Amino acid sequence: MTNMNQYQNIPAEKFQFAKRTDLGHDKKFDTKPVSYFQGAFRRFSKNKGAVVAAIVIAFLILFAIFAPFFTNYTPDMYDVTYIYAAPKLPICEKYGIPFWDGSRDRTNVGYMTYLKDMAIMQETGREVIKGGKDNVKISEDGKSYTYRYDTYYGIGFIYDEIPMSKYLDIQRYQNETGRQVLYPVVALEDRPTHSKNNTDANIFYQVKDKKATKITPVLDEEGKLIPNYWEIPEGIDPKSWGGVAYDSLRIEGEDGFTKTVKVRDENDNLVDEERTYYYIYGVQMASTVQVRVEYYEYYAYEHLVEEGDGVSEPLFLFGATETGKDIFSCLAYGARFSFIFASIVAIVNFIVGVIWGSISGYYGGKLDLAMERFCEILGSVPSMIIITLLKYHMGHFIVEQGLYKLVDIQSALVLFIAFFATGWIGMAGRTRMQFYRFKNQEYVLAARTLGASDARIMFKHIFPNGLGTIVTSIALVIPSMIYSETSLSYLGIINLEAGKLTSVGTLINAGQKALQQGEPYTAFVALFPCGFLVLLMLSFNLFGNGLRDAFNPSLRGSEE
Amino acid sequence: MYMFKYVSKRLGLMLLTFFIIFTMCFVLIKLLPIPTTALPGQDQDVVMNIMEARGWITNVQKGENGTYTYDRVPIMLQYGMYLKRVIFEGDFGIATRLPGYTGKMLWEEVFIPKLPPTILINIYSSLIGVPIGLGLGILAALKKNKWQDQVINIFIILLISLPSVILALLILYVFCFKLRWFPLNMLTSNDYFTWPVFHSMLPAVFSLCLGSVAGYARYTRAELSEVLTGEFMLLARTKGLTKSQAIYRHAMRNSMVVIFPSILSEFISVLSGSLIIEKMFGVNGVGGLYLLAIENQDYDAFMLLSGFYTLIGLAAGIVIDISYGIIDPRIRMGAK
Repeated sequence: MTNMNQYQNIPAEKFQFAKRTDLGHDKKFDTKPVSYFQGAFRRFSKNKGAVVAAIVIAFLILFAIFAPFFTNYTPDMYDVTYIYAAPKLPICEKYGIPFWDGSRDRTNVGYMTYLKDMAIMQETGREVIKGGKDNVKISEDGKSYTYRYDTYYGIGFIYDEIPMSKYLDIQRYQNETGRQVLYPVVALEDRPTHSKNNTDANIFYQVKDKKATKITPVLDEEGKLIPNYWEIPEGIDPKSWGGVAYDSLRIEGEDGFTKTVKVRDENDNLVDEERTYYYIYGVQMASTVQVRVEYYEYYAYEHLVEEGDGVSEPLFLFGATETGKDIFSCLAYGARFSFIFASIVAIVNFIVGVIWGSISGYYGGKLDLAMERFCEILGSVPSMIIITLLKYHMGHFIVEQGLYKLVDIQSALVLFIAFFATGWIGMAGRTRMQFYRFKNQEYVLAARTLGASDARIMFKHIFPNGLGTIVTSIALVIPSMIYSETSLSYLGIINLEAGKLTSVGTLINAGQKALQQGEPYTAFVALFPCGFLVLLMLSFNLFGNGLRDAFNPSLRGSEE
Repeated sequence: MYMFKYVSKRLGLMLLTFFIIFTMCFVLIKLLPIPTTALPGQDQDVVMNIMEARGWITNVQKGENGTYTYDRVPIMLQYGMYLKRVIFEGDFGIATRLPGYTGKMLWEEVFIPKLPPTILINIYSSLIGVPIGLGLGILAALKKNKWQDQVINIFIILLISLPSVILALLILYVFCFKLRWFPLNMLTSNDYFTWPVFHSMLPAVFSLCLGSVAGYARYTRAELSEVLTGEFMLLARTKGLTKSQAIYRHAMRNSMVVIFPSILSEFISVLSGSLIIEKMFGVNGVGGLYLLAIENQDYDAFMLLSGFYTLIGLAAGIVIDISYGIIDPRIRMGAK
């Protein structure tokens, strides 16, 4: 007690340098420390729904990243021949699993439709009618037929006019691959004369009345159609016939086929004589050759040889739209675009919103009031109006400045600016609230007393505390972005397709158009895009709720 | 007195906000080039005359090869004339570029006839959606964490997560397309209170009310379950009220403080409707008119509809704020 307060008389030698070993330590924790994010992660992984949702989201993102690599189709490829081609998965087709076999039901169609499909089947040998003739259900009165019709093989044949060089190249291709593209043509004078049927390449058979609108074929004793191909006149070598020599695959049983004909001999008596005939595979037009091709193989030839884009046969995994676009590739590219776009917008909104909200929340007072008013006015403009105005001005700007390079991304730009214009307001509001909550806490006061600058207090002390809430809201920005984009594409205000982009909303628009057609077989168009969107929205919502509960255990179950 | 001051202050602010937005819209739209090409079947001279008469352009001269030259009136001058006509004459302009409506007065002949289908569909949907939503929410809150609650919760999550495009498409597919219970498009007849027209409205009404069912159920459930844990509920039971009495007299009233304003504002927004639903079910309403105006760049129609939508949005917000004070005496508005 004597010298407790007598500091001034401590002798100098009593002062010693402390060594590191002298420092006392607190007892070490036996358990490992759990950081805020570790704790959040632990809470998150206990929430089964959220974990499943996270897995689904991961899967969807992987789909968006990798699916475009697995398809050779792109969203700007289209083929009007395959409008509403049904979804086709090769495995399902092999085992005849309905829905995914590239076929659709034809219920109670008339005899003529049935006969046309039969004709294609007879000529190409492909299963235009699934399961062949035995699987056709005929109604009791024998007038209507029900069967599964293959939308790929059922296209049958078309007449096409091609240059001579292409004609020769197809022959070379046929010889190399053994796949038959060219089929014998019907002579011009033998074709039906009515304009409706004149260009129909599927009528290769003899008909009763050439002038009729409804074609009635001539059948042989077995009920089969009798081919009406154009034959090379007698005595001419088929390899050198005319200007359109054909030296390639010939249809089965045709190569030098013989036919018994009645001819008059020297004594003017009718006698049977066997003669060899050849069919003609090309008609010489002014500068081109008119050919009759099986579209399925022709498509493969065009893509393999002419375009070289990696597509071999028509195969639309998710079917084709009303313009003959491959839905799978549209969905894959659309999903990729949506994710990338939403992420960029979310990041930009996050940065701007956080800075705005921090300043507004931290400084408060008149500044806060002014900033709030600004947000309120901007937030009261309906987003539809902002987008419309932007769209007009962007179009005008591009024309005026001559920046035609921007045309392709015009819609994406409009969307980006529009989402940015209003998107950050929510983020700013949330950040502002967090700042109001924390700015009067003791540790902020302590930091200020120690001389920390405003910026340091804002971003080193207050902001990390509010991060949990803010992170949660970013996770929910992405689905809401995709939601708005979908709605706008659906309404036709934004047309990404014009710029060779595509999005899920564009596909849903196509799906609705297909439904409005009122035909049952077009309903699949909306199926896959809708499925994708449903999965995406559901899992993002569950995921977001899980995140919120994990970051703010006190808010569990509340709805804000 | 507080009340009056508060309400008038809020109304004033709202009008100011509206004026700013409306002015910005006008200026931005007038900065664009004026589309003067006539639609098919429309006389170019008439279009130019209308434009000049409205005061958008002046000094119109027809060149020899049929092209027109004109000068643009300064935007602020245009705005002054526009406001004068709108406020004193109720004249919003003439539809010059809306196919099927050219030469008609925008307000009386184009806009007003489009209102009934939109309003009716929204009113029906509110009348169906609000009670169902409240009922489900109350049920879920009373049976919290039991199976009823779980089922309702799943239902709510589904409805809230799914975009209305998908829900509407689903309804269109199932009820109009597969089952053929309803026509694919709403009838365009003007007899809105006859059975066929009402019948053709129903799918749109259902799709529209799903959203509000989910919203109210979720909101009510959250509010009510919070109120139910309050201490005054314990007191009410202690003083001898039965459970249902306590819930009806105390819990419900308190939870309605937050829910009732949004119901009120819902009845304001019946005017605006949903663009998506209207397009999906072919409703001949305001939404379709808006899309038509955008597509064809009819600036007058665009201004009218933009003002309309903005005003409704603002009014709905204000109704929520003011009704809080009317319903709950504890909230004293404008008090310092």
